[in-house]
Amino acid sequence: MSLVAANPFTGIIHMLQHPFLRYAFLAGTAIALAAGLIGYFVVLRQQVFTGDALSHVALTGALAALAAGIDLRVGLYGACIIVAVVMAALGTRGNADDAVIGSVFAWILGLGALFLTIYTTSRSGSSGGTTGVNVLFGSIFGLSRSHAALDAAIAIAVVLAVVVLARPLTFASVDPAVAHARGVPVRAFGFAFLVLVGITAAVATQAVGALLLLGLLAAPAGAAQRLSSRPFGAMWLSAAIATLSIWIGLSIAYAAPKIPPSFAILAVATACYLGAVLATTCARTAQPPTAAGDLAHP
Amino acid sequence: MIGTARIMGNFVAATGLGWNIRHDVDQLFALHFMINAYRAGTMVAVLAGAVGWFMVLRQQTFAGHTLALVSFPGAAGAIWLGVSATSGYFTACVAAALVIALVPRPASAQGHSEESAVIGTVQAFALACGVLFVSLYGGFLNSLTGLLFGTFLGISDRQVVTLAVVALVVLAVLGLIGRPLFFATVDGAVAQARGLPVRLLSVVFLVMLGCAAAEVSQITGALLVFALLVMPAASAQYLTARPVVSLCLTIAFAILITWLGLAIAYFSVYPVGFYVTTIGMAILVLTRVGRSATVAWQRRGGDAVIGA
Repeated sequence: MSLVAANPFTGIIHMLQHPFLRYAFLAGTAIALAAGLIGYFVVLRQQVFTGDALSHVALTGALAALAAGIDLRVGLYGACIIVAVVMAALGTRGNADDAVIGSVFAWILGLGALFLTIYTTSRSGSSGGTTGVNVLFGSIFGLSRSHAALDAAIAIAVVLAVVVLARPLTFASVDPAVAHARGVPVRAFGFAFLVLVGITAAVATQAVGALLLLGLLAAPAGAAQRLSSRPFGAMWLSAAIATLSIWIGLSIAYAAPKIPPSFAILAVATACYLGAVLATTCARTAQPPTAAGDLAHP
Repeated sequence: MIGTARIMGNFVAATGLGWNIRHDVDQLFALHFMINAYRAGTMVAVLAGAVGWFMVLRQQTFAGHTLALVSFPGAAGAIWLGVSATSGYFTACVAAALVIALVPRPASAQGHSEESAVIGTVQAFALACGVLFVSLYGGFLNSLTGLLFGTFLGISDRQVVTLAVVALVVLAVLGLIGRPLFFATVDGAVAQARGLPVRLLSVVFLVMLGCAAAEVSQITGALLVFALLVMPAASAQYLTARPVVSLCLTIAFAILITWLGLAIAYFSVYPVGFYVTTIGMAILVLTRVGRSATVAWQRRGGDAVIGA
């Protein structure tokens, strides 16, 4: 592979000459921005488990659509948005209902197993298995031009919605009681936010796959929350880390064809999180906890 | 409807399921692999019930789910390296349990969100490693579905012995630490004040949870372990508040789910994981509905008495 040659710029130009990589970068960047921003609030609102559940719903939705013989994305978006609304209606804040959420999505996964079998047995040939695997683990290099453009547009719409809602949503997430007293519609925000998580899950499934999108939500946001205590700073930092993960991950996957892009992306995101943990731990041990630090964590 | 009936008819004819229950049961146990599946399934159910009961009580469902999923890269990595999948399952799950245990369980809300971010990252990275191993090994799509969604066909005698030994060890450890673990779970602060090693208990429990997840995933597949861990416990803890009764009930539910699931899957073309999760869900819904109905009925009766 000549692209890992002496001059990195020639390498990047080489890389972007392939249309499939241009589409991957286009869709990937938009999806990373959306996942980074949404992920920040997912972690802030302690709804990582909900995000986990939604990612598995995405899997079953897509497989159901495949088994029914319709466009995969219909099932993907339909299932994610419906389940997001149901979860918001059930009121999933707090951990009391974790067992119920867990049971429900274990069952939904069981349905996914059923649909996968129906799909693979009804379509003869090997394409069934490959598509099923793509739903599980993503196929960002397989995006066509129109798919990439649509994914990018949807992801940008999510980014814009988050940017508009950011301030009241932060308020409603950090202190729901006070926000409610001040007239912020906390419950409506909970609904809107989970629907956004659902859309992000659906769009990210096409990039990194249903099983891995949780990493794109949790790892950049976790790293950002460690590195910055300012809400909006951490929010944008999270988006930046997610974008960086996608860019570096795609480049690694291109340079080393044996490595699946989903793994490369997740590996970079995890490395960022580990780096953030090590950096903050070193900083904390270097200077003893101050009064300000104690105030920050009562 | 007619179509379904016809398909069902064909289906029954093909597998020979009839109305004679004794004949069906004989048929179920005619093949050695099915006996092994039942042996393994029963042990796994007892283990999953007992460990899952504590997991739900400790509200560590997310950690349990992650440990369950980690078994997939473990097995995929073992197959890629050419060692036995069983060792891969246990190594990966115990290692992940230790990583999660490294993060302290803090009381504050901020800390809780940190913990879930760590677990989410561990889970996604582990699955990503699974993808890498599958890709490096190159093309074993059929067994990939088996790893993820479960298969009960290939359980060997040796595997049954391994499962039995690990299950016995985990149950023994759980029996040993059960009482203090229950105390530490219900009231951590008081337990700590009374001198119990709360942190150590938490680490040991997570390792036990990892072992249980590794066991269960060999039957139900990595994606559906969670069903056997969480559903029986969620149903039983809703029915009764008495710890010993609900623990026994949990194990009973787990065994029932596994036995029924295996039996139906044997006579059917669809994967065992689907039946296991569906039966578990049915039990959960039945307990919820039954309990609400009883409560409503009692309340109505009470009102009537007051009215009289």
